[in-house]
Amino acid sequence: MTLEGVLDTIAAVCMITGALLSLAAGVALLRFPDLLSRMHAAAKPQVLGLLLVLIGCAIRIATVVDITTMVLIAFFQLATAPVAAHMVGRAAYRDGQTRTDLLITDELAPHLDKFGDRSAERNGRFTANPPAAE
Amino acid sequence: MTYVAVAVAVLLIAACAMALVRIVRGPTTLDRIVATDVLLAITATAILAEAAFTRDPTALPVLVVVSLLGITGSVGVARFVTKEKP
Repeated sequence: MTLEGVLDTIAAVCMITGALLSLAAGVALLRFPDLLSRMHAAAKPQVLGLLLVLIGCAIRIATVVDITTMVLIAFFQLATAPVAAHMVGRAAYRDGQTRTDLLITDELAPHLDKFGDRSAERNGRFTANPPAAE
Repeated sequence: MTYVAVAVAVLLIAACAMALVRIVRGPTTLDRIVATDVLLAITATAILAEAAFTRDPTALPVLVVVSLLGITGSVGVARFVTKEKP
């Protein structure tokens, strides 16, 4: 097997693994029960899937300029994905849209109690079922 | 390499379809936003895979913009989401 064949095989394995991670995220979006677990699955193609496909792409297009662009893509993706996930998770928790019966532990609730922030409770945070709209 | 391209395309199309189902069904706005983020990541993956299979780096600057600005949609909607019946 020539060197090019070996490199192509590595690139193919990377890209198929990245595509499988995207598929796993799709299945998880359909099957998982609530927002926080869906967010957990949604991070896989955003970070690991994109990085694996970038590695495969860098092996196939082996020029310095394009690999620099790919490093920029990876950096921006790694810098922005956690911010978006943080904002969405915070909005969900504050709005009472997470399912408390599925949580094993909730370390944020005692802190919110201590600092007197009751906005989460008003939005139905601490009841098993959110109250009906008054 | 053609078989690999077809396999990657099939996997990504299936993933896109499932994310679209969640966007249509997903009971709250935040569910739809998470599914939209996944759809954007899958689209970026597809553009990268196309660039890799054709060895054509024309589309790579597009991905820089997508990875920089993909955050704005979810941040904007998360800021303005309000109380709603799930």
